[in-house]
Amino acid sequence: MEKTPTYGLMAEFESPDELLSAAQRTYAEGYRQMDAFTPFPVEGLAEAIGFHKTYVPLVCLLGGLTGCIGGFFLQWWPNVIGYPLNIGGKPHNSWPSFIPITFELTVLFAGLATVFGMLALNGLPTPYHPVFNAPNFELASRNKFFLCIMAEDAKFDAQKTREFLQSLKAHEVSEIER
Amino acid sequence: MGADGLQNTPPVGANVPVLAPGHTYATITDKISSIVLLQKTKRGWWIGLAIALTLVMILHVAIVLLLVIGVGIWGINIPVGWGFAIVNFVWWIGIGHAGTLISAFLLLMRQAWRQSINRFAEAMTLFAVACAGMFPLLHMGRPWLFFWLMPYPDTMGTWPQFRSPLVWDVFAVSTYGTISLLFWFVGLIPDLATLRDRAKNAVSRVIYGGLAMGWRGSARHWHRYEMAYLLLAGLATPLVVSVHTVVSFDFTLAVVPGWHSTIFPPYFVAGAIYSGFAMVITLAIPLRKFYGLEDFLTIRHLDNMGKILLATGCIVAYGYLMETFMAFFSGPNTYDHYMMHNRLVGPYAPIYWSLLLCNIAIPLTTLWSSKIRRNVAALFVISLIVQVGMWLERFVIVITSLHRDFLPSSWGMYSPTIWDWAVFVGTIGLFFTLFLLFIRFLPMISIFEMRGLAHELKEKPGGGNH
Repeated sequence: MEKTPTYGLMAEFESPDELLSAAQRTYAEGYRQMDAFTPFPVEGLAEAIGFHKTYVPLVCLLGGLTGCIGGFFLQWWPNVIGYPLNIGGKPHNSWPSFIPITFELTVLFAGLATVFGMLALNGLPTPYHPVFNAPNFELASRNKFFLCIMAEDAKFDAQKTREFLQSLKAHEVSEIER
Repeated sequence: MGADGLQNTPPVGANVPVLAPGHTYATITDKISSIVLLQKTKRGWWIGLAIALTLVMILHVAIVLLLVIGVGIWGINIPVGWGFAIVNFVWWIGIGHAGTLISAFLLLMRQAWRQSINRFAEAMTLFAVACAGMFPLLHMGRPWLFFWLMPYPDTMGTWPQFRSPLVWDVFAVSTYGTISLLFWFVGLIPDLATLRDRAKNAVSRVIYGGLAMGWRGSARHWHRYEMAYLLLAGLATPLVVSVHTVVSFDFTLAVVPGWHSTIFPPYFVAGAIYSGFAMVITLAIPLRKFYGLEDFLTIRHLDNMGKILLATGCIVAYGYLMETFMAFFSGPNTYDHYMMHNRLVGPYAPIYWSLLLCNIAIPLTTLWSSKIRRNVAALFVISLIVQVGMWLERFVIVITSLHRDFLPSSWGMYSPTIWDWAVFVGTIGLFFTLFLLFIRFLPMISIFEMRGLAHELKEKPGGGNH
């Protein structure tokens, strides 16, 4: 499909509550390809734009399991297979004394997986993104709230969508170039 | 934690909010980001940096000399093989614990007042762990062989002794350092984007923009971000407890009287939080004054931190009490009995009594009063006293226990040399150098969390009053 030169339409709002109700109405109207931009996390906004499921906890769990199993194996293998030594008459597989390191590596791997998994799922780093072309968008990290309906949405129509957004009492609606 | 118990006291701001009224998203953003972007570097900052860097120079000299000559320049000997290095290691790592506790544990407890102190407390953690980590490495004698601590397949097929708490320590401290760094950086990402958008010159825009990695505040991103932050908090809370527990295992798994005790893990963790919150107070009071942050760091924060000092101080006091009780309960002519006798009247007795004065007598009598907790100058002095006290505690544990163990023929005395002091003072300089650079180049209060707090308070005024 040939890409349109327009990325989408960006509407600016004054408060999180205005944005939240606008997002809910946009979703109810049938739009699906949209995103909202806020200076701080707004409760319920992700759900309002139809984003429910996040895989971050799963990534965290997988990281934790890797750290846990790997951490125990790291200690079990040298002591039982690689270079068994009799230390104070303890059994080779003296598992209770392997627990602290197993725990630390579980936390380490789970933490690394959570952070890098979150960044990867968010597609960060993203050096360039069309939404940065929107007027006033630098205020999205200060005190303004934005809603963007993307051009790739099936229901998108430059004229009608603009009128719809204006009907939501948007402060300003502008077209963003790709 | 409410203002409920304080109703009888005069209203010295009995209902002081966690954020002064009248702030909007814009004023919060501008106020905090202007410290980094617009305000001229203060003269006091330069003076502080000059002093701190001087101390770092002393650290350099001390380390070079240590590497050239060896650990013989320190006062360590047999029987006291663990001198200042371990005292300072435990002290610094303990200080770090408050930062993680504020950012992780108080987040899980939904304490709204954490929002304005978590950022610099996390930075404090990071720098304290950096200082702490140096001591065991320098104490090894041959720090360039530090990688022998790591499990790697060497040509001899040998491995570290995984049953040893000293190896556990390597994993605990390095995991702690890594997770603290991640937690701090993840918290910074949205604020780096704010700085990118506010920056006036191209260089800072490129640097902050690069670090912000293109953060644009998308609702999808926030959703994953909040989940990741919550998971990190859930991971960091048991981690912080495990780290000082493992540090205490370094002692308890040995048989030395004064070390071999089951009370050590909880009492070490409480002591760590005690000294750490003292350090947060020591840093917060000058910061709010010099940068005019009284609106964000209110008396309420100082009061709450004073209460935490009081609570953890009581746990520490219980630890001392039980140590003493168990020693005398063991009966006369036991090693434990002699250990306690030696602490009370032996050659290092003045240090033990100073420790009781600094950790128990002064803070645990004064902090009950809300007037004192809300008196900025008094709280500052108490916080310094607690830090001295906690350092003395580690001195007592390490040195007083080691210098007289089982056989009188192997008894000895320990006295630090000038190079012991140089390394210790040098790490204090390193800590403050890093901290001063941090407050100059990064937002010392989490901007996006303060905006969220303003939103929360607007929705339910009096919210955040918990």
